[in-house]
Amino acid sequence: MSPEQRRWNEPHRLVLMAIAVAIVLFAAYNMRWDWLPRYSGKLVSGVGTTLWLLLLTSVLGFLIALPLGLAQAAGPVWLAAPARAFCTVIRGTPLLLQLWLLYYGLGSLFAYWPEVRQSWAWPYLRSAWPYGVLALTMSFAGYEGEVIRGAFAGVPRGELEAGRAYGMSRFTVFRRIWLPRAIHRALPTLAGETVLQLKATPLVATITVVDVYAIISRVRQDTYLTYEPLLLLALIYMLLTGVLVLAFRWLEARVPVKGS
Amino acid sequence: MIDWIAGLAAWELLALEPPGWGGVLLRGLAVSLQVAVGGYLLGFLIGVGGATGKLYGGPILRDILDVYTTLVRAVPELVLILLLYYAGTDALNQIMILLGAERVDISGLAAGIFVIGVVQGAYQTEVLRGAFKAVPHGETEAARAYGMSPLQVLRRITLPGMLPHAVPGLSNLWLIATKDTALLAVVGVAELTLVTRQAGGTTKSYFLFFCAAGLLYLMVTLLSNVVIRLIERHARRGIPAVR
Repeated sequence: MSPEQRRWNEPHRLVLMAIAVAIVLFAAYNMRWDWLPRYSGKLVSGVGTTLWLLLLTSVLGFLIALPLGLAQAAGPVWLAAPARAFCTVIRGTPLLLQLWLLYYGLGSLFAYWPEVRQSWAWPYLRSAWPYGVLALTMSFAGYEGEVIRGAFAGVPRGELEAGRAYGMSRFTVFRRIWLPRAIHRALPTLAGETVLQLKATPLVATITVVDVYAIISRVRQDTYLTYEPLLLLALIYMLLTGVLVLAFRWLEARVPVKGS
Repeated sequence: MIDWIAGLAAWELLALEPPGWGGVLLRGLAVSLQVAVGGYLLGFLIGVGGATGKLYGGPILRDILDVYTTLVRAVPELVLILLLYYAGTDALNQIMILLGAERVDISGLAAGIFVIGVVQGAYQTEVLRGAFKAVPHGETEAARAYGMSPLQVLRRITLPGMLPHAVPGLSNLWLIATKDTALLAVVGVAELTLVTRQAGGTTKSYFLFFCAAGLLYLMVTLLSNVVIRLIERHARRGIPAVR
C-alpha cells in the first residue's frame, strides 16, 4: 500500500497552489465584482434561507424516515407496502418534477377551492415556501427511509432477544434497544445525505423561493454578467459543503460508531 | 374545484396526436434518455481515465484529479449545469473563432450530454477507483507470473474481479443520471420535465401532466432496476451471497 495521505508542502503541490492563487487573482482583477457590495446583504440572507431550509427539511425528513423505515422493516403488509411504494416513487422520479408537481399541481387545486381561498392558510399556500419545504422533506424522507429500513433490519436479533429475556415488553425493547441501535447504525450515512440535501436546495429557486441561488439569478439578470455570479455561487456552496462535512466529522468523533 | 377534477381526468390531453400532448411528452422522454445515455457513457470514459490516473498517475495528475472530483461533488448539480452550459458553449465558440470558423449553435442535446458527462465523470472516477482497488494484488501478480500480458491481465483478472464491486455504484449513478437530466430544463433543453411544464402551462392541467411524466420516469427507473439485477447476478456469479 502506497501512502495515500501526502504532505501539503511537496514541491509540485506548492506549484499547483501558486497556479490556483494566480487564477483567483486573475479572476479578482479582470472580472467585474463591483456588484458585490450592493448585493452582499441579500446574499447573506439568501445563505440564511438556504441553511434554514436545509436544517428544517433534514430534521423533518429524518423524523418521517423513522416510521417509513420501521414500517418497511417490521410492519404488517398494509403498512410496509405503502411505505415501500412511497420510497420507490420518491427515489424513482426527479426532485424537480416532484417540486413542480406540488407547486403547480397542488397550487392550482387550492386556487380552485373556495374554502381554502377564504381560510387563514391561504396566504401561506399561495407562496412557494410550503411547497419547497414539503418536496425537500419528502425527498429526504424517501432516501433516508431506505437507509433506516436497512438499519432496523441490521440490528442483530440476539440483542432484541436478550432484551425480551430480561423481561422487557416489546415496546421497551423497541425504545431501549432497537430504535437507538438503528439510529446509531444510520448515523454514518447522515453526513452524505445532508450534503446531497444541501445540493438539492437550489431547486426551490425555480418555484420562486428566495434562497442564495435565487439571489444570484437576480444578480445575473440585473448585471447581465454570466460567470462572475455563478463562480461566486459555486464558491459559496463549496464552503457550505466543507463546513457541513467538518461539522459531521466533529459530530461523528463524539459518537462512537465502531463495531456496528 | 369541479374544473380542476375535470382537468385531472382529461385523458384526451394525453393523446399522441397534436391536440393531445402525449407525443410531445414521449419526444421529451426520448431527449432525456439520449442525454442520460450519452452523458453516462461520456462519464464512464472520464471515470475510467480518472480512476487509472488516480491509481497509476504521477503526483501532479493525481492532485488535479482530486481537485476535479472534489469540486464537482461539492457544488450542486444545478449550479454546475449552468456554469458548464455557458462556459462549454462559450469556450467552443471561442475556439471556433480562433480557428477562423463561424460561430456554431450548439444544440441543447450536445451541451446537455457534455454537462451530464462531466458531472458523472467525477462520481464514476471514485466508484471505479474503489473497484480497481478491491482486486487483490496477489491475483494480478499471479497472472503476471503465469506470463499473461498486461492486456490479458486486465481482461481476464482485473475487469472480472472489479465488476462486482463496480456494478452497485455504477447502477446507482445511472439512476442519478436519468434524474439529473431533469435539471437541464433550467437551461431550456426540451427534455421531459420542461415539455411537461409547457404542456401543463398551455392546458392548465399541471397535475395530469406531471403525474404522467412522473410515471414515465418511474418506468425508466423500474426497468433499469430489472436490467441492473440481471447484470449484478451475472457479475456476482461464483461469489457467495453476503446476506
